[in-house]
Amino acid sequence: MAVTIADAAHGGRRPGPTRTRRTGRLDRIKATLTGWSFVAPATVIILGLSIFPAVWAFVLSFQSWDGFSQATFVGVSNYTQLVSDDDFWNAVLNTVGYTVLFVPASVLLGLFLAVALNRRIRFMGFYRTAIFVPFVASAASTGILSTYLFSPQFGLVNNVLRVLHLPQQGWLDDPHQAMLVIAIMSLWGSAAFTTVIYLAALQDVPSDLIEAARIDGASRWQTFWRVVWPQLAPVTVFVAIWQTIQAVQLFDLVYTTTRGGPLDATKTIVYFLYEKAFRSLQFGYGSAAAYVLFAATLLITIAVVVYSRRKGSEAI
Amino acid sequence: MSTVFDDVAGSSLEVAAEVNSQRRRRRRSLSAWHFVLFPIAVLFLIPFLQMAMASFSPAKELVAFPPPFIPTHFTLDGYIKLFGQTDILLWLGNTVIVSGTAIISNLVLCSLAGYGFARLKFAGRNFGFMMILATIMIPTQLLMIPTYILFSYLGLLNGLGAAIVPWLATAFGIFLMRQFFLSLPAELEEAGAIDGCNRWQVFFRIVLPLARPALATLAIFTLLSAWNDLVWPLIAINNQQSFTLQLGIANFQGAHQTDWSLIMAGNVVATLPLILFFLFAQRQFIATMTFSGLKG
Repeated sequence: MAVTIADAAHGGRRPGPTRTRRTGRLDRIKATLTGWSFVAPATVIILGLSIFPAVWAFVLSFQSWDGFSQATFVGVSNYTQLVSDDDFWNAVLNTVGYTVLFVPASVLLGLFLAVALNRRIRFMGFYRTAIFVPFVASAASTGILSTYLFSPQFGLVNNVLRVLHLPQQGWLDDPHQAMLVIAIMSLWGSAAFTTVIYLAALQDVPSDLIEAARIDGASRWQTFWRVVWPQLAPVTVFVAIWQTIQAVQLFDLVYTTTRGGPLDATKTIVYFLYEKAFRSLQFGYGSAAAYVLFAATLLITIAVVVYSRRKGSEAI
Repeated sequence: MSTVFDDVAGSSLEVAAEVNSQRRRRRRSLSAWHFVLFPIAVLFLIPFLQMAMASFSPAKELVAFPPPFIPTHFTLDGYIKLFGQTDILLWLGNTVIVSGTAIISNLVLCSLAGYGFARLKFAGRNFGFMMILATIMIPTQLLMIPTYILFSYLGLLNGLGAAIVPWLATAFGIFLMRQFFLSLPAELEEAGAIDGCNRWQVFFRIVLPLARPALATLAIFTLLSAWNDLVWPLIAINNQQSFTLQLGIANFQGAHQTDWSLIMAGNVVATLPLILFFLFAQRQFIATMTFSGLKG
């Protein structure tokens, strides 16, 4: 505590003399001390575990280092190596494929469930609970459930297909289906989040807008897509960005189901990064991959925001 | 499908026409939506039902072909093997320690910082808060490598400390508490100040007791994050004695490959506490979800 206060006083001091009376200056110093003693402990921990490592990772990305021997400065060669690394491009393709599969499905599912749950009928409490409770399932737990439910031999899904006389599938063992299974189980766990966001937004849609549309003779279908849906646009943009960020960072569920297989079909960018950094101890190369991912995430976010703004202004 | 969507706009209409809908609602008590919602609800519950059922099934039956939909008899073998052959109780204890420490630390540090950033005037306040907000943008993948190296220098790797330290304070927590304190009327605190309380007394005696809803949200957010965290413990903890529950059960599939009754029993132990807590405090969980989403 003593350290943090001393630290705070140092960080909070203003450069240059103040021209107030001595008591005023004392008061200000006291206020600064009090202020920083409130905020310093949390601030030091958070900045120490984020800004500092982020800068360090940037430095690392220009080095070649295995954690033991002397680190050597290699310039941009980590980045140029990434560009020509087939494993990396495979990971990018897999990640993009998953994102394209997961994000629209997650937005539509959230919207549909929110509309379905936004009414007062019997058993609504049960319906909501059933759809929301998977939110607490961890990646480890979801991974175990995926492997079990989609097991080609004894899994429930193939068992149902068998009873219905439909062909058995390989699921997580099939390079073409493994990502689909991961996306389905991700949707199961995250539907609660998108649904809750859309539910909150639906309740904020002004009711006189809907009434006006109905009086003007719009059908329910038209009212929804012409009146309600445009009102939800900011939420849709937010949900899409949020889910995209989650999707391009996919790792946990891959680790707990396929570990990148079969035939590297589920190896994502973060899985690639994890293997390079913590399996092959290429800290510099891994950091470069992390920065590329970070830059891509930022660009996507900015692009979506700019695009939706432009579209929004056109509508007005 | 089109009939389903035909009814979609009705949802908002029903909310709108509160008075009229009273009668309509009763007439509609067997709404067509039941035929949509009931199968979906069952579908969402199936993974958990399968988990529970498998954990009480004889191990051999689970890998039989063709597999039975319902186990032929009930057994506790999975749980007996789980508690007898694995360190599950130790891992449960570790997870409780990690989550508990994280929750207490977040409640104390983030409410202090949130109040400081919301209400106190001091040099460097805005800059400090901007820096904290900026960290929300930084993905964890970027931090894994340097944090791993840093922790190895600090001698934190392979111990519970490695799992705890990253969760001691969160930018989300500070942001949440600051938003809450900004919404409190300042008059309350002024009255306290007139009565001779200093800033600390105002905070602990007047402000903090009012902050219970925000503290509940923060506690749930921290519980979910710390309890379910997998990536960081996976990287930082290699020794079985310091495994968290998630790390332990994630390794089950390799170690007990075919014993699904044991694996599912472990999954139940890791998941049931959160499910029960969710059922018990559903409102707070939903508030947490909404807020953790809307922070962006």
